[in-house]
Amino acid sequence: MRALRIIVCIKQVPHPDEAKVDPETGLVIRDGVPMVLNPNDYFAIEESLRLKETGGGEGVAMTMGPPAAEAVLREAISLGVDDGVLLCHRSFAGADTLATAYALARGIECLGGYDLVLTGSRSTDGETGQVGPQIAEFLGIPHAAELIRPVEVEGDHLLAWHQTDYGQELLQMPLPALLTVAKGMNEPRLPSLRGKMRAKKQAITVWGPEEIKADPDRIGLAGSPTRMLETTLPARKTRSKMLEGSLAEQVAALLHELADMLPGKAGGRP
Amino acid sequence: MDYFLSEEQQMIKELAAQIAREKVRPAAAELDEREEFPREILKVLAQSDLFGVWIPEEYGGLGGGIFEQCLVVEELSKACGGVAVSYAASALGSVPILLFGNEEQKKKYLPLVASGEALAAFALTEAEAGSDAGGLRTTARLEGDVYILNGVKQWITNGGEADLYTVIALTDPSKGIRGASAFIVEKDAPGLSFGPKERKMGIRSSATTEVIFQDCPVPRENLLGRPGQGFLAAMATLDRTRPGIGAQAVGIGTGALEAALQFARERRQFGQPIASFQAIQHKLADMATRLEAARALVYAVARMIDAGQKDISMAAAMAKTFASDVAMEAAVEAVQIMGGYGYMRDYPVEKMMRDVKVTQIYEGTNEIQRNIIAQELIKRAAKGR
Amino acid sequence: MKEVWVYAESEGGRLHPVVSELLGEGRRLAERIGGSLGAVLASSHASLAEELALWADRVYVIQDQSPYTDEWQGQALARLIEAYQPGIVLFGGTRRGKSLAPRVAARLRTGLIADCTSLRLDDGGLLLAELPTFGGRLLTTIACPGHRPQMATLAPGAFAPGPKGSGGEIINCPWAAPEVRAVEVVAQEPLPEEDRPLMGAEIVIAGGRGIGSRANFALLEEVASLLGAAVGASRAAVDAGWVEPEGLIGQTGVIVRPRLYIACGISGATQHVVGMQRSEVIVAVNKDPKAPIFDLATYGVVGDCRQFLLELKRHLAPSRPVDEENEGEND
Repeated sequence: MRALRIIVCIKQVPHPDEAKVDPETGLVIRDGVPMVLNPNDYFAIEESLRLKETGGGEGVAMTMGPPAAEAVLREAISLGVDDGVLLCHRSFAGADTLATAYALARGIECLGGYDLVLTGSRSTDGETGQVGPQIAEFLGIPHAAELIRPVEVEGDHLLAWHQTDYGQELLQMPLPALLTVAKGMNEPRLPSLRGKMRAKKQAITVWGPEEIKADPDRIGLAGSPTRMLETTLPARKTRSKMLEGSLAEQVAALLHELADMLPGKAGGRP
Repeated sequence: MDYFLSEEQQMIKELAAQIAREKVRPAAAELDEREEFPREILKVLAQSDLFGVWIPEEYGGLGGGIFEQCLVVEELSKACGGVAVSYAASALGSVPILLFGNEEQKKKYLPLVASGEALAAFALTEAEAGSDAGGLRTTARLEGDVYILNGVKQWITNGGEADLYTVIALTDPSKGIRGASAFIVEKDAPGLSFGPKERKMGIRSSATTEVIFQDCPVPRENLLGRPGQGFLAAMATLDRTRPGIGAQAVGIGTGALEAALQFARERRQFGQPIASFQAIQHKLADMATRLEAARALVYAVARMIDAGQKDISMAAAMAKTFASDVAMEAAVEAVQIMGGYGYMRDYPVEKMMRDVKVTQIYEGTNEIQRNIIAQELIKRAAKGR
Repeated sequence: MKEVWVYAESEGGRLHPVVSELLGEGRRLAERIGGSLGAVLASSHASLAEELALWADRVYVIQDQSPYTDEWQGQALARLIEAYQPGIVLFGGTRRGKSLAPRVAARLRTGLIADCTSLRLDDGGLLLAELPTFGGRLLTTIACPGHRPQMATLAPGAFAPGPKGSGGEIINCPWAAPEVRAVEVVAQEPLPEEDRPLMGAEIVIAGGRGIGSRANFALLEEVASLLGAAVGASRAAVDAGWVEPEGLIGQTGVIVRPRLYIACGISGATQHVVGMQRSEVIVAVNKDPKAPIFDLATYGVVGDCRQFLLELKRHLAPSRPVDEENEGEND
């Protein structure tokens, strides 16, 4: 394995268990919801650390977001990533997946060389899984979605097992390349104390649109083809037939209703 | 309560709490049930640098002390007392090296302990030498450049699992306890073996065994301090690690309080949550108040030790005794609050009640601690201090 | 051109089941805008083009025998879209669709809306795509007003297949396959059929957060074998580690359509619901009588899942002694 310069694209999201929706208004309650590193990104970070431990090299975490998103870069550094880059500027705000991928791709190109880009499979808030492949398209490099086994690097190529709809597939592709890392493909480590201390002190690079030489028409809301029009609560449909009585009575009634669907002697009591 | 932790101490506490929450709590019941040593969890603690918190930076540690070690032990204990004691025993086994080791010994062994590569253990107790250290029988006979150890140590935490054993043995049996010396013994020493794992009431994931020496040769350079300093080394060590037992007790007690509190808010009887009944409220209030007092005492004593205060025996004994008694009471009350559920193994508090009991017993029973406290009180009064 | 396109995903000479749903929804949209329905096939299996021609008005065929990669199909698709300029392009929200469509959209610099569960058109022909967000607690409507084509991936199982068309035209599209392919498929390990018992199962019994423990999930598996049912799960049960990820039913897992679906301790978040809502009969068991799953169920049982499963087991295995069955209950 050779030394690689690995860029890990990560995202800050609302804590998945604590994000709430007001049942009356249908508005997302953001107050008091802690912001965390997208849980799926830990698998990408872990794979980057494994590669670094095997073949040497360097890992850089990159994210786009408000100033507070710096926290997820520090989290990545506490785990062992070397540096953090935050794309942060008012004009980045309101980006959809296309504008986000464009900005991240610009940021990556301004890092001065890279071999591999890793992302999580999807974010727990947007859940589209689109940003990874779109970064690859903008960078003009190949990608594979849902890496499920550790990557092997041979010379200028990598070998990646990824999950498809039809099974598992081994792809060979030239470096640089982008991989989205499937949830659960490894066991992400916890931070170390030394890592946490380093993360606290480390300087984070902050770049705006000028630093990444971005086309102003292609970032933020202006660069986003899609628009969110409205948000509603899911409609309630007609209620089902609710069975009554004790649980034993309900089960008996249910088995009676389902008698012709179930195998064998399920219909009656012994 | 705010204990004015430094930024670094806050980080240590948070990291230990994260490991307790994500790695220890989900595994605790099964480790207890199967009496399985928590190797994987100790590996995580090592990777997270937590075995280095009480070891100076020049020996590969993070430069903290007893207080930092207490913070980790407390957080781990909230999730599992067995895991916490396996961790804490490595401190117990390495403190004698810190206190009495020469430069070479420190350079050789402490970085291994700090990185978690080596787990340590402390071997003092014997069948005839529990509370009464005068009953020691294990001997170390000097033959050329090696000491030959013979004897059996009993109830040794991390026995068979640890890589390093700090052993107290008699180099001059004629002098009794004044003829005891301390040694570092590596696990692969010939003539060193271990008894079967003891079957305990609580802290069942931790390993407790006999440590058996049969003509076990130990290089002379592994003698800690001078011959005859063994008992002094043991007592000085225990004075510094007793707050850790207090922290363990406070952690388990707090875990029990948290479980009981959550249960009381959810469990409904007579049409309301049982937390609305004053009988329950007063129990919770007393548990919380006493645990907080115990925590404050443990922290104060730990900080006093780290500040280099010499006269610490009485304070250390107070912290250990008070915290373990308060925590025992809290665990019993937690079971009571949860009623039938508290008694079931599906809920965590019965384990906490079993786990916490030993904190009143080991590293010197609470009765012996009271002796230490009283003797010191009387001594000081006699000196007119 | 007023055409709605669907990407006809195929593998090993077979169309992916989601394609019929894309054709059904594509046809409805095409009728609404007074346009036609096109299907894009990147395969040299002639029979697939003929099959698609039964539903689509035009079948655009890219002749290429090489194994699928995002790389070449992305290029081919983008060129075809640039040449014919369809107004709307739909992909299945399969793993492949969700890897390919973003690349195509980025190449075309247009918007892509993910995992839609319902599509509408406004009077100006703007596609209004609805999708569950926040774990299904909200429905969000997204559109792509200023860029064409309008692209979306559709959650498998969320759309119904449509009627056949009047016989479509097959158009073989010129495609200069790249001489150098950077990405090569080195090996494939197809998922064995036995690892996909959920596909095509007559009866599915699935567990969610309300199952509560691994032991209770084992009980569910026991009941499943008595029923001859396949075992499924919601995201919560998979995340808890009670069941392998292959058992996940929903937006990001498997879509099932059994005759009988029994949901135990599943609250009914939209992302699970899209995976099972087309089951013939749905039985929901939940402690919470207000759980959204009851809005969808044919029969609702309010109660503890473990007790329900024990009761069901008692009926299904009547020859066993009854006294075993109260194990572990403390009430």
